[in-house]
Amino acid sequence: MDWTIWLEWILKGLVLCLILLTGFAYLTLYERRALARIQVRVGPNRAGPQGLLQPIADAVKLIFKEELTPGKVYKTVFFLAPVLTVVPSLIIAAVVPLGSSFTLFGREITLYVADLNVGVLYLTSIASIAVYGIVLAGWSSNNKYAMLGGIRSSAQMISYELSLGLCFVIAILLGDSMNLNEIVAAQEEVWFVLVQPAGALVFLIVTLAEVNRAPFDMPEAEQELTAGYHSEYSGMKFALFFMAEYQKMIVISMIAATLFFGGYREFWFLKDTFFSVDAVWKIGSFQTQAWFLGPIYLLLKVVVLLFFMIWIRATWPRIRYDRLMAFGWKVLLPLSLVLAFITATGILLAQELNNPMIYSIGIPVVSSLVALLTVVLIYRELRRKSHGRF
Amino acid sequence: MSSELIVFLVLSLVAIATALGMLFSQNAVYSALFLVLNFVTVAVFYLLLGAPFIAMSQITVYAGAIMVLFLFVIMLLGAENLAPSKNLPWQKPLARLLSVILAVEAIYLLFSRARTDLAVTAPDASLNTMDSLRDMAMSLFNQYLLPFEVTSILLLVAMVGAIVLTRQEKGGK
Repeated sequence: MDWTIWLEWILKGLVLCLILLTGFAYLTLYERRALARIQVRVGPNRAGPQGLLQPIADAVKLIFKEELTPGKVYKTVFFLAPVLTVVPSLIIAAVVPLGSSFTLFGREITLYVADLNVGVLYLTSIASIAVYGIVLAGWSSNNKYAMLGGIRSSAQMISYELSLGLCFVIAILLGDSMNLNEIVAAQEEVWFVLVQPAGALVFLIVTLAEVNRAPFDMPEAEQELTAGYHSEYSGMKFALFFMAEYQKMIVISMIAATLFFGGYREFWFLKDTFFSVDAVWKIGSFQTQAWFLGPIYLLLKVVVLLFFMIWIRATWPRIRYDRLMAFGWKVLLPLSLVLAFITATGILLAQELNNPMIYSIGIPVVSSLVALLTVVLIYRELRRKSHGRF
Repeated sequence: MSSELIVFLVLSLVAIATALGMLFSQNAVYSALFLVLNFVTVAVFYLLLGAPFIAMSQITVYAGAIMVLFLFVIMLLGAENLAPSKNLPWQKPLARLLSVILAVEAIYLLFSRARTDLAVTAPDASLNTMDSLRDMAMSLFNQYLLPFEVTSILLLVAMVGAIVLTRQEKGGK
């Protein structure tokens, strides 16, 4: 094998890690500023212009903090847990395409680290591995609160993983491939969020639970569990958990954008225009394909999706633990099953009857109706209960 | 020696080491973690054989779902460091006998198969795309429909059984 291929892989991996690390640093700032705006505060704006150097100040503070290792922890696992949490959040991004490709020094450089045929399965497997870090952190701390946080998070992540998998199935069916590049390419004409709006919505809800974000941040519910699984961690080890959480937010937004919002591709109505990823730009005698628009579009989508996550955190109360479980098992799982069924049936009918209208009108309408029905049923159930025991 | 063989040998070492670690760990959580490592190593073996689909399923199902449940139960029950329970008198001889039978069978199969065909042929790389998935689904739902459905009913029975066993009677305490 050619050594340049190795070099390309390593460089691309490094660049991806750097992107995620920088993204993490500035996401914390973004979140704090956005939360402050929503709560009519100013937020951190002292370090640098508009507080742009705040992440660096935070990092310096965390590095110089004392690291405590409580006496009765299980040492090996206690040290391993932060690493096990961060690593999956980094490597899961390897299959997400950031753009198409460009030519440098006569070789074609693709803007993804790995082009896996089973890309979507890779996502599920890494997502299922990601539970370990949190569980082990909770257990090895030898602390009741941390332990309860760890157990809660594992139960929550296992429960919501099922619906997550079914949402992946919807995207696989629509894209007719498990390769993320092909799924993105299939969204050239129309984004999957328009074909399966309810599926995309379920996906976004489930991802919130998967990354333990508000309103599903039970593992670290402050009032009940102090800080949950990372109660005993301090200094850089705590920073690693913090980093993992924010990187997971970024990565999951990237995945959501890739599966349902067209990935690195432009808006579907900008196809064949100047702003398309496939367009050829001419500046004087210099001519280039507009590959650099891909990462920009993806970044825009990720920023918007992240804003939704922050917005939800700022405005929604945390839901009670038993309701969280009931919501996952009794609502989201059946709903995503039905949605996957509708999608498959719609695609098959459109093929058999040779009628693309079933695909483009039937699936969105039927699945939206099902989602609406679910909302009505939940509402009635909650009303019924509010007159009873609860 | 080809690089693939070196990778294989190193992986085998890791697999055996993790399996032994699983057996001899005093702490149930460490045992579970060794088992996870073992499953991941096996997944890498599948990758080596050119079967990424099975490799990823292995990680998702075994390392991801099942072992997390194991850990969950161990932690929930606080069963990390249980004292060794009293053995049944016939347990050890029976275990020895069974393990000897298993070893003999394995060795017999290894040599009888190996003599005919030593080479392990990697499946066609094109088999790993969406088509192979479709083929697999087709054979699952056509040729092997009955076993498939029987398996799902078995799992359902196990699930219902677990719920019935742990359910508290309504109106009781």
